Amino acid sequence: MAYLFEMKLLSASYGTTVVLKDIDLKVVENDFIGVIGPNGGGKTTLLKVILGLLKPVQGEIVFNKDLLNANRIGYLPQISTGDINYPVTVSDIVLSGLMIGKGIISRMTASDRKKAAGVIYELGLSEMAGVTINELSGGQMQRVFLGRAIIGDPKLLLLDEPGNFVDTTFENDFYEKLRELNKRMAILMVSHDVGTISAHIKSFACVNRRLHYHASPEITNEDLLSYGCPVQVISHGDIPHTVLKKHN
Amino acid sequence: MENIFQYDFIIKGIIGAVFASITAGLAGTYVVSKRLVFLSGGITHASFGGIGLGYFLGINPVIGAAVFGIMSALGVEYLSVKQKIREDSAIGILWAFGMAIGIIFIYLTPGYTPNLMSYLFGSILTVSNADLIALGIMSVILILYFSIFYRTILYISFDEVFARTYSSYVDVFKYVTTSLIALTIVLNIRMAGVILVISLLTIPPNIAMLFTKVYFKIVIWSVIAGFVGTSTGYVISYFAGIPVGATIIFTLVIIWVIAKVLSQLILKLKISKN
Repeated sequence: MAYLFEMKLLSASYGTTVVLKDIDLKVVENDFIGVIGPNGGGKTTLLKVILGLLKPVQGEIVFNKDLLNANRIGYLPQISTGDINYPVTVSDIVLSGLMIGKGIISRMTASDRKKAAGVIYELGLSEMAGVTINELSGGQMQRVFLGRAIIGDPKLLLLDEPGNFVDTTFENDFYEKLRELNKRMAILMVSHDVGTISAHIKSFACVNRRLHYHASPEITNEDLLSYGCPVQVISHGDIPHTVLKKHN
Repeated sequence: MENIFQYDFIIKGIIGAVFASITAGLAGTYVVSKRLVFLSGGITHASFGGIGLGYFLGINPVIGAAVFGIMSALGVEYLSVKQKIREDSAIGILWAFGMAIGIIFIYLTPGYTPNLMSYLFGSILTVSNADLIALGIMSVILILYFSIFYRTILYISFDEVFARTYSSYVDVFKYVTTSLIALTIVLNIRMAGVILVISLLTIPPNIAMLFTKVYFKIVIWSVIAGFVGTSTGYVISYFAGIPVGATIIFTLVIIWVIAKVLSQLILKLKISKN
């Protein structure tokens, strides 16, 4: 299977604080990686490095240029990055996912709008297309931002703590949607919620300054212990999951 | 003779009102949406330093104000990002520092400074043709800038972090837009004065936002509301012989109150229909 990107002995820091150290990670097509680890362990930093928002201080990240470069990655950030009271409509937000690859003088064409309408329909938001973002529920907002991330048909989709939006009625639909998307794109999902993650992923990575990758979805207590990867567990009921002890 | 003078005066006022409402509507929608009202207040007051320096050096005070306005906008960014001073504190410091420089230089300027009050409170009497031409050029620049780069500007303001994932021009756009806002404020100081100009930017978008929450519609309704308020205020000030800046702001607030009541009525009507 072709790889999408590879990190080689990569380290990243904020000022003098080293957040990621000697990371080796190779992500292949159609993988579904759950990235777990404690708060402050470097999960979001990992995404920033992949997105090119943070330059590594050591090592490198190599993209498979045939499939991907830093500008063609779908990204679902934690909700806080956008101003939800900004006067911008659902369809405008979804359309912004097409800014990737457009110049600074960017007009949206009729086919762009058609594409956006299609994505909005697919996510069950057609009635909301002209509504401003602050009129939506948390779950609906999540779908809008997911729409923005996937409208450009990326080969890689990065999800940062999608569980934060939690809207329990939509949660199962959301993960079902991800399973469907995984047929056309690799997914890398950051979460501190092992329970939800373990039911959907194909492989997982533990990030706590260092990174350990496991090419299987079985997250065991022993793995977490040996990796020094304490995680916070949130229980959600109906979804099958394993509850693990907290480590220090 | 008096009629001709009066006619000239009204024409000048109407042209001023058109350009003021276009520039303030475009800049104001950006400022209000992005919550930069306090920053804009800081820019306005800091630019008074340039007015004082202009008097002292005998150059056009508007040029001095423009330089101070842009420098203070970039200065706030520098102090908060590079020097790690809280942004609102940085604004507060430059706000007062600019005023202090202005007062010192005006004090040091020999002789009487006749137009000082017009800079503080605004006066159409002192608005020259050159001022109107400058505002007209600014209107064209802003219309072109915001329509050519509409989506880029909209998306950077809405979600800067996401914009950085696809664009390396985020900072350039932030600096250019802030500088244009500073210039807009400075040019409108002649109309409304240092103390009142900020409401010329903030009231019209807030009137518009009572009826629409879509960015470009807010711009259009801001310009319309701004024009109604500015021209009405201007005419009232002329016939009642009261300061123009204060009258314009007073009129705009009255329009806002009427619009608020109207929007509530529309809402009630909609609810009873359903």
